[in-house]
Amino acid sequence: MADTTLEGPTGSQTLLKLVPKAEGKQSMKDFKSDQEVRWCPGCGDYAVLAAVQGFMPELGLAKENIVFVSGIGCSSRFPYYMNTYGMHSIHGRAPAIATGLASSRRDLSVWVVTGDGDALSIGGNHLIHALRRNVNLKILLFNNRIYGLTKGQYSPTSEVGKITKSTPMGSLDAPFNPVSLAIGAEASFVARTVDSDRKHLTEVLRQAADHPGTALVEIYQNCNIFNDGAFEVLKDKQQAEEAVIRLEHGAPIRFGADNSKGVVRDPATGDLKVVAVTEENQSQILVHDAHAASPTTAFALSRLADPDTLHHTPIGVFRSVDRPVYDTLMADQLDAAIEQRGKGDLAALLAGGDTWTVVG
Amino acid sequence: MTSQVSSPAEQADEAVVGEQRKAAAGEKDVRRLDRVIIRFAGDSGDGMQLTGDRFTSETASFGNDLSTLPNFPAEIRAPAGTLPGVSSFQLHFADHDILTPGDAPNVLVAMNPAALKANIGDVPRGAEVIVNTDEFTKRAMQKVGYETSPLEDGSLDGFQVHPVPLTTLTVEALKEFDLSRKDAGRSKNMFALGLLSWMYHRPTEGTEKFLKTKFAKKPEIAAANIAAFRAGWNFGETTEDFAVSYEVAPAAKAFPTGTYRNISGNLALSYGLIAAARQADLPLYLGSYPITPASDILHELSKHKNFGVRTFQAEDEIAGIGAALGAAFGGSLAVTTTSGPGVALKSETIGLAVSLELPLLIVDIQRGGPSTGLPTKTEQADLLQAMYGRNGEAPVPVVAPRTPADCFDATIEAARIAVTYRTPVFLLSDGYLANGSEPWRVPDTDELPDLRTQFATGPNHTLEDGTDVFWPYLRDPQTLARPWAIPGTPGLEHRIGGIEKQDGTGNISYDPANHDFMVRTRQAKVDGIEVPDLEVDDASGDARLLVLGWGSTYGPITAAVRRLRAAGQSVAQAHLRHLNPFPRNLGEVLKRYDKVVIPEMNLGQLATLIRARYLVDAVSYNQVNGMPFKAEQLATALKEAIDG
Repeated sequence: MADTTLEGPTGSQTLLKLVPKAEGKQSMKDFKSDQEVRWCPGCGDYAVLAAVQGFMPELGLAKENIVFVSGIGCSSRFPYYMNTYGMHSIHGRAPAIATGLASSRRDLSVWVVTGDGDALSIGGNHLIHALRRNVNLKILLFNNRIYGLTKGQYSPTSEVGKITKSTPMGSLDAPFNPVSLAIGAEASFVARTVDSDRKHLTEVLRQAADHPGTALVEIYQNCNIFNDGAFEVLKDKQQAEEAVIRLEHGAPIRFGADNSKGVVRDPATGDLKVVAVTEENQSQILVHDAHAASPTTAFALSRLADPDTLHHTPIGVFRSVDRPVYDTLMADQLDAAIEQRGKGDLAALLAGGDTWTVVG
Repeated sequence: MTSQVSSPAEQADEAVVGEQRKAAAGEKDVRRLDRVIIRFAGDSGDGMQLTGDRFTSETASFGNDLSTLPNFPAEIRAPAGTLPGVSSFQLHFADHDILTPGDAPNVLVAMNPAALKANIGDVPRGAEVIVNTDEFTKRAMQKVGYETSPLEDGSLDGFQVHPVPLTTLTVEALKEFDLSRKDAGRSKNMFALGLLSWMYHRPTEGTEKFLKTKFAKKPEIAAANIAAFRAGWNFGETTEDFAVSYEVAPAAKAFPTGTYRNISGNLALSYGLIAAARQADLPLYLGSYPITPASDILHELSKHKNFGVRTFQAEDEIAGIGAALGAAFGGSLAVTTTSGPGVALKSETIGLAVSLELPLLIVDIQRGGPSTGLPTKTEQADLLQAMYGRNGEAPVPVVAPRTPADCFDATIEAARIAVTYRTPVFLLSDGYLANGSEPWRVPDTDELPDLRTQFATGPNHTLEDGTDVFWPYLRDPQTLARPWAIPGTPGLEHRIGGIEKQDGTGNISYDPANHDFMVRTRQAKVDGIEVPDLEVDDASGDARLLVLGWGSTYGPITAAVRRLRAAGQSVAQAHLRHLNPFPRNLGEVLKRYDKVVIPEMNLGQLATLIRARYLVDAVSYNQVNGMPFKAEQLATALKEAIDG
């Protein structure tokens, strides 16, 4: 069924209403823990932390009902700096741990903080399964295209030929595109943003927080020690104009100086391509539909970027669709079982149907 | 095999005692036996496990004591008619308290040449052998290496052979049904069950009811199976080949007063989990990945969502325990179930749970290893993995059930330790306990222990400046447990993780002295767990030899000890439920005896721990063939140890 409407997800009941609200007004300060932040000076993680801490009061949730779960890596120190509940777990396993927490406690807002190595290498399996299940998790994937905490080996998102300590003659393996991967894994919400663009980052967080189900947010994050300037082309004002494609639901996909470029569908292949906008082709410029039932166009958008140069990198919400949420379904089954069979009676269960009696 | 039973008749578990009742003219003789061991054997597709289960249920409802040993290949359908494809089910039932599925069958039912060949070596001369002659074709016999027919070449002369064309008789009995010969022949296991049910005077209502329920959606199939079952019974009653039937009286004296049911280890364990959650007043959360022989626990718990049980079939073993640990953080009674290979994958997360100090049950239904090993066979070779299989100093309490029914109590005990001490706990069952079954006195739910615990509700520490704060690693002075502060509790927001934490505050700490302190404290917490003293069964009081066991060897060891005592030997017996920490009195118990023998289904893992810990020259007696010990074999080994 092709969903051609450009309305927001209909009938979606935001699961946020299950999470208790804060009593008073919150400020960014309420979300800062007493721990000293220990990332390298200049690390992109600081900007993301500030954006998250700044955004949380807007959500207005009781902070005791917010949990940050992380794996291992630089970004995974994140929970220590949030004055919420938190768990800094083991390498790659945060989505699994968060799944247990979210599916047993629907009154919590559960966030996963992970990196490109944590989520896509050692923890790849858990990530794709969380996405396909659509557990109510908000996954912030800090992608700096390098291993930072182990001091500079190439990562599963590094460009081919990357010279690092473990690949002195250049890396050999093709990188993952996290957005493509997530869409392929049946993700119901996939977005990309950049650490230095606080406004865009916050807007994406806002939409992710509101999404019922798993929201994957890829955040391009600069590692100024081991991969400095990896996303410079997206940040430098002049270059960014040509490199960044800002996706907005319901708007024609145009970018470049004076919006002179646009994305159209190639009628021959069905694929997407970038063209110079002319009077003739203006009406053919693709209008972004993040809520399209089919993931095909979102996937095609994710393939526009050149993995080496990052030219034509779309940012924003690629896909945001309503899909049954695992935790809700699980809770519904428990309710249905009680409705059908009544609340469990332990004595009856233990006795079973086939007993005999021994009298003294 | 009921651990709660104090048997008035500690009789030797060997000779079958019988008396014969002469029947009136025209009736068949009925012989009274005190116990019988039957083995059903056939192709994997012949339904031998179902047949065995049904006979067990009939026997249980009749009131005999019983013990079972299902034995089946790892392949779902190995090539038909081959030796690797043979599946068997052994059942031992008696009018008194018994402890094992029996060493050697008195009756073997062999559904094909492969089943005969694979099992006849275990059958003593003089025993009865019922064979399905229809399957003894030249080709089928050649397939398993019979050059001549064992039914005709005299090789079975020492046995009482009953050649029965089971398939033909079944097809004949079902000719009124609209079934192909092949489909009708499928009910031959029910014909065999009917015949054996007649031979041993088993009640039949349960099986008929079972068939009606099982095939509720296919009433024709239900009716056909019931017809085959009845035809088998009638065949026994009328044919002259079966001149005698047998009675084994209910084991009323072996059991204390109460309501009983038959139960397998995995079922008892599943019920133990549900009961523990209720007694702890916590929701139960299972994170698991399918693995033999543990999957039945996942299946069972999945059925009981009306108890608030959440079951999560994860993408892998690591996610199974990860989800469980996440649920534990959120305040659930969290469990992961697996077997040895799964434990290997979960090790890092178990280490995290040690560091986080959250309650978590790790259920390991041990099977033959290493690697994939023998998935459907039993072994006790994960003890050292449970004890030490993690990086760093990561002590985890270990509890092991001793019989199928005991899985219920052992599970509750493991949950008690986990919740009280805020620690992951290993529960080490095995394939033999998991699939074996025995009568179980259904406990009164009011008698179950109270496992309720307190979540942290407010600050627990005052800083020098007078501020009240919450310290997640401030311990209970008695148990050394840290507070369990679950998300959703205002004011207790805190962060935990796998990096070493500062004592008290729980903040990241790389301080050498703090690490030393924390390592020793985690160890002291586990060492300090209160466990009951080890009880020694030393009936005569003059034994010089102690036989020490753990886990599922309880049945065979106890049966062997009874034999020795019946033969006038003095031997003391003790069985460990707690492997970590050991009972406080264990060292003292060991030193009371000149000789300590430790039988294990591994190469001496408990013996290694005992020798290292207590400097006792314990003798290891081992078997790793995927099967439980036989009582006779153990009795011989113990006798040699006494004499040696």
